[in-house]
Amino acid sequence: MALLVNEKEFPFHAGMTLADLARAQGGDVDILLVNGYPATLQTVLSDGDQCWLWKRGKAPSAEEMQHLLYARHTPGVQVRLQERMVGIMGLGGLGSLVAIALTRMGIGSLLLADYDVVEPTNLNRQQYFVDQIGQKKTAALRDILQRVNPHVAVTMIDRRLAEDDIGVLFKDVHALVECFDDPAMKAAGLRAALHHLPGVFYVCASGLAGYGENNAIQTRRLYPRIYLVGDEVSAAAPGEGLMAARVGIAAHHQANQVVRLLLGAENEAS
Amino acid sequence: MKVFCNGEAQEIAPGSRAIDCLNKLGLDASSVVVECDGKILTREEYGSHALQDGSVLELIRFVGGG
Repeated sequence: MALLVNEKEFPFHAGMTLADLARAQGGDVDILLVNGYPATLQTVLSDGDQCWLWKRGKAPSAEEMQHLLYARHTPGVQVRLQERMVGIMGLGGLGSLVAIALTRMGIGSLLLADYDVVEPTNLNRQQYFVDQIGQKKTAALRDILQRVNPHVAVTMIDRRLAEDDIGVLFKDVHALVECFDDPAMKAAGLRAALHHLPGVFYVCASGLAGYGENNAIQTRRLYPRIYLVGDEVSAAAPGEGLMAARVGIAAHHQANQVVRLLLGAENEAS
Repeated sequence: MKVFCNGEAQEIAPGSRAIDCLNKLGLDASSVVVECDGKILTREEYGSHALQDGSVLELIRFVGGG
């Protein structure tokens, strides 16, 4: 019978509370989590609970940092995600946010593709900063991701993709996220996934411009392992711009769908 | 002859290719993925794949923005 306390085994006995663990840790703790959820010193523990006790503001070691990043995750999830690689095609409003969300969730490695540089007109919705204007989006995003979570392995493809490239460049990823701006490349990406990436989960997007209804953005299954996010109507066009919030809704649909698929959601559904 | 696009019947000329159907519907072929009778067409096949009477097309249309 054992608990996991700050990722280390600790003997369990019936009736234990977090206060017992706090005393064993020297008492000076004020962040208390049990199984990914905030708790109090009075919380009574059960065998097998995963507990985190920490002093607010204390600088963690590199190993502790990795564990703390995921202390509020659903237990067991991060171990499965860290063995997975996800490709992202296009690092604009969708792609930059999908990459950050996946990085925060502990994806092991990312394969990021874009040919463009950060421009002032990107900053209304893309996750870059003013001081990154002029930098390649691949490098700028890698720098942001390293600041969020230094444990994610980032590989960059710094060129314009073509339909014939996609099946070759992304053959080793577990999931591929289509975040292109150009509708012709969106169609090309889906054809490439259907023809050339038989074992890869694929999440594409269409229809996310403007400030229309939140709930018109949906995730729809097109084929086994292939999903489309968006309202499928709202095109970026004169009079309808791309705006941070709605692009963000779609990007987070994509990121959550990737995580769901990597954790086995499709098997449960079918 | 009659084909079915995303479940809706369309009357098209005998001998029509996939691209003719897209044009009739006013769709930009470059932003559409075409499945015809269960087969995903390559981009080159849009102009060459002959439709049959009763062909079933699924058209997945993309709009810009990302």
